[in-house]
Amino acid sequence: MTLAEKILAGHCGRDNVKAGDMVMAKVDMVLGTDVTVPLSVEVFRNMGAERVFDPEKIALVNDHFVPAKDIKAAALSKIMREFAREQGITNYFEVGRSGICHSILPDNGLVRPGDLVVGADSHTCTYGALGAFSTGIGSTDLACAWAIGELWFRVPETTRVVVTGKFQPLVGAKDLILHIIGELGVDGALYQALEFTGEAFRHISMDGRFTVANMAIEAGAKTGLIPPDDVTREFMAQFPDRKGLYLESDPDAEFSRVLDVSLDRLEPLVAAPYLPSNVSPVTEVRGQKVDQVVIGSCTNGRLDDFRAAAAVMGERPVHPDVRLIMIPTTPKLMRALLEERLIDRFVAAGAIISPPTCGPCIGGHMGVLAAGEVGLYTTNRNFKGRNGHPDCRVFLSGPEVAAATAVTGRITDPRELI
Amino acid sequence: MAGDTLRGRVFKYGDSVDTDVIIPARYCTGYHPEELAPHCLEDLDATFAERVHPGDIIVAGNNFGCGSSRENAPIAIKGAGISCVIAKSFARIFFRNSINIGLPILIAPEAVEGIEDGDEIEVDPSRGIISNLSRSGSWRAALLPPEVQEIIEVGGLVEYVRTRLSR
Repeated sequence: MTLAEKILAGHCGRDNVKAGDMVMAKVDMVLGTDVTVPLSVEVFRNMGAERVFDPEKIALVNDHFVPAKDIKAAALSKIMREFAREQGITNYFEVGRSGICHSILPDNGLVRPGDLVVGADSHTCTYGALGAFSTGIGSTDLACAWAIGELWFRVPETTRVVVTGKFQPLVGAKDLILHIIGELGVDGALYQALEFTGEAFRHISMDGRFTVANMAIEAGAKTGLIPPDDVTREFMAQFPDRKGLYLESDPDAEFSRVLDVSLDRLEPLVAAPYLPSNVSPVTEVRGQKVDQVVIGSCTNGRLDDFRAAAAVMGERPVHPDVRLIMIPTTPKLMRALLEERLIDRFVAAGAIISPPTCGPCIGGHMGVLAAGEVGLYTTNRNFKGRNGHPDCRVFLSGPEVAAATAVTGRITDPRELI
Repeated sequence: MAGDTLRGRVFKYGDSVDTDVIIPARYCTGYHPEELAPHCLEDLDATFAERVHPGDIIVAGNNFGCGSSRENAPIAIKGAGISCVIAKSFARIFFRNSINIGLPILIAPEAVEGIEDGDEIEVDPSRGIISNLSRSGSWRAALLPPEVQEIIEVGGLVEYVRTRLSR
């Protein structure tokens, strides 16, 4: 069996499942956010449910429109807050202690290798970085999972991506996943699991792994799994009572496709509007003037990302024509950045540090673009209108290109600055 | 969704119609059909909401509904009066959400090739039969897996869970 098949088999009480089977499987963790939970609460009540299946296996995270962007957003969080109290849900994350859900859950040990996780957010596939089968669902599925602790799944085929070699300087995990999405296309892994494997992962940190797994959905995939290894064990050592299952695909497992990627020749990449698969080397779009740079999001808002940005920026100030918005994903990360004096450096350079929110990534608040404006973001999608006015345009990149662009005002190859 | 035949005028779009253009996040502080429908598809087709009539049908290319998990997307489409979406393929979360809220969706690549914007078509969603009334052509959509069909037949996932809870 593949890694994906093993995890699903283990959660529906069967020794064996194969791609194409439909299964009812028990879930280990069910995530909802301020933007998807209120509808789920309505559905939950309408179906006659009274209590959630297990209050400890539910996480409710304030991240999309917080701190409340307007009165309607405030009402969304209020519904979620009251539901958490009513149901005794302890993993409710309030503003100030909350952060971007896909950093909050791993940072609190809420996902273990081998778990089956569902979340009413499409980037729930992020936890595949820990070797958990995790996938996005909508609000009705979320309500059903709350009620019965199970959902139906079609066991997916697996496209395996075998990665070898080592990153060149100023090239990172975002460039790897952009390259893969560029190769597969936005529906190249539709309904499938992606499995990212190969000796290169020995040298890819957990932060980098979260970036890779996060964007599996951008190739249409149901989940993006990285087989857990010593890097995973080291991360999970923070949570000694949260043992996981360290599984991998069998040697004779069947894959629908195998894609080989070498890091040795990988360059800094950029995805141009309006698709994350519209990928080219940064050298082909360099010189494009930008109005706003965002470094953050569930894709690239972790410690490695801010360290990489700081290394590229050096002592340079943000370009006078650019707004640089930086969004550390969690309060824990904020404290680490304060301790490393990186926040001091970023603010001195002219960046603004945002509280953790999805804000500008979804064109919600905290940095929406006007008509005709151009952004370069470390986020995951650049669909038309996503980040603001339908006539704005957003390029996607890793933190190195973003930092170089913030200081020059034009899309810049970070290798030119160092 | 068994039984009734649907008949409507076609709004045709291309590949990868994403959930951000179906209903932008700026409207997702609301989640009821009447709040969402007036803004359905406005970043892709600014006059859609004023031109659409109850029963009309969306026909599109590959990967329809890609992007966000927001159920607001199929709710906006259904709320706008669209009776059915036919595409070459659907993104998986949109696919699940549509089944869960009872928006009929059909996978029929050949039909998409044979239908143009503005055509009048007839659809029998339970049998998967699509006929173009404006020009010749009749197609059969791919059948959903029996387990999914079963969920639809009991009235969707909510009914399935309601039945289980009342046992």
